[in-house]
Amino acid sequence: MNPSDKGEVPAGRPETIKAVPVRHPGRWVGGIVVAVLAAMLLHALIFNPVFEWDVVRKYLFQQSILHGIGVTLELTALSMLMGAVGGVILAVMRLSPNPLLSSAAWLYIWVFRGTPVLVQLVFWNFLGLLWQRLSIGIPFGPAFWSESTNTLIPTFVAALLGLGLNEAAYMAEIVRGGIQSVDEGQTEAAHALGMSRARTMRRIILPQAMRVIIPPTGNETISMLKTTSLVSVIALEELFQAGQNIYSHNFKNIPLLIVVSIWYLFMTSILTVGQYYLERYFARGSNRALPATPLQKLRALFVRTPAAAPTAALPPAEGAPHD
Amino acid sequence: MTDPTKAPADGVGNGGPMVRAEGVRKSYGLVEVLKGIDLEVQQGEVFCLIGPSGSGKSTFLRCINHLEKVSGGRLSVDGELVGYRQKGDKLYELRDQEVARKRRDIGMVFQRFNLFPHMTALENIVEAPVQVRGESRGDARERARALLERVGLADKAASYPSQLSGGQQQRVAIARALAMQPKLMLFDEPTSALDPELVGDVLDVMRGLAEEGMTMIVVTHEMGFAREVGDALVFMDDGVVVESGHPREVLTNPQHDRTKAFLSKVL
Repeated sequence: MNPSDKGEVPAGRPETIKAVPVRHPGRWVGGIVVAVLAAMLLHALIFNPVFEWDVVRKYLFQQSILHGIGVTLELTALSMLMGAVGGVILAVMRLSPNPLLSSAAWLYIWVFRGTPVLVQLVFWNFLGLLWQRLSIGIPFGPAFWSESTNTLIPTFVAALLGLGLNEAAYMAEIVRGGIQSVDEGQTEAAHALGMSRARTMRRIILPQAMRVIIPPTGNETISMLKTTSLVSVIALEELFQAGQNIYSHNFKNIPLLIVVSIWYLFMTSILTVGQYYLERYFARGSNRALPATPLQKLRALFVRTPAAAPTAALPPAEGAPHD
Repeated sequence: MTDPTKAPADGVGNGGPMVRAEGVRKSYGLVEVLKGIDLEVQQGEVFCLIGPSGSGKSTFLRCINHLEKVSGGRLSVDGELVGYRQKGDKLYELRDQEVARKRRDIGMVFQRFNLFPHMTALENIVEAPVQVRGESRGDARERARALLERVGLADKAASYPSQLSGGQQQRVAIARALAMQPKLMLFDEPTSALDPELVGDVLDVMRGLAEEGMTMIVVTHEMGFAREVGDALVFMDDGVVVESGHPREVLTNPQHDRTKAFLSKVL
């Protein structure tokens, strides 16, 4: 805003205040305590032989570990996709004026949120015990097509159903909260323009609800990435199961758990970065100026251009030229 | 499907009043907000609704495009019932799609603007013509630019609503409603949420619309605008029409005590 912010004072203005800043001795003490604790931890990590860092290094990129990572990622992506699509459908159903739809959605959420996901996983895996064959046909009448349940639902599909259907129940509540956070005036404005209910939802409400939906969904995705380790109970070889398989043979439990943890940590870190940029994208229009990305902040730190100081703030006078 | 409102064959459409209300009632539960409103708005008329808050004027306005459901009486726009279809002497509720189709021809401007915050000014205007009328995006953008020019905001096409002042947002909102080429415009206290110095720009745009012969129903507290631009004026209080007539007459020489009391406070 102000062109003369560089310290030199134009004549006639009171001089800039130069005062002794408040000292914070507590911060120094705290800093020293933390530094000592960190040094102890580092010492333990390096010198405790049980960690066996050479074993960690050996298995970090081992074939079955890498394959496990692939399964974990695939399972995370697909079950989140299932959860998101199912969640939107369930949320719209719950908010529907049709009592049949809204109570069906309520019932679904009640069941799937009210039972542990571990139990649901095992349940889907044992579906073959409940119905040996699944068929499509006239209800209570002849079947046109039928297939053995175990062929139809291999372990991977059972895992996907368990995680995805459970996730849909949670996502439904997140999406519903997002939809309800959008001002009612938006619906009225869209309706007044002649937009149908469905189009209003798709074009006007959901894009705005996204701003509220994205952060918890990011958390859900990160949580899902870790929850996939539960499917090891139905013997699907994802990352954790791959690690377990190895240490059940060579008894190098700690190093392999470290390998697995390193990979989980790596993947969740990547997701966190992705979440940040996604949130930034959906924040457009709601803030006058988008917050700077970490990269921009970093650049502003090293390149001291005068423009970099109030980061990327759009002066309201010239919001035009970026069509 | 052809637009039935445009067909002169049904006999009622053209020539008659744009809006006709006969004993319109509206209640929320036990509270009756409209207690029998009778009025007619002629084509090309600027029709002002004034009255204290809670008098039901906004509710009545919202009944016209069926944002609120009428609970009694008859309300018709351009010769067609709002929200219902009459067959013999039976009324059938309209489906959502039919209601939506009728709303296309009625523009509405809200007190709180209600621009879509995730879209730029231009996108706000383009949205309905493309999504609802099926116009091509190119044509719609071209017309949207012309509309922005007309409301004096040609340079704000790429701005998001949060980057615009209240007065600018309201002018974009008017342009958005006009983009649907409505035959009737409803204004629900369009300047009440604005800083006093921004009111003028919005009223200028509305004045221009009136001069072009747009039929407008305006709920307002701007007595100056009503006196200057209005062709007819109704004073409402407690869900009934207390007094109506030409704005200059009603505002300068009110007959009814309640009108006098109200005007003495706002003028």
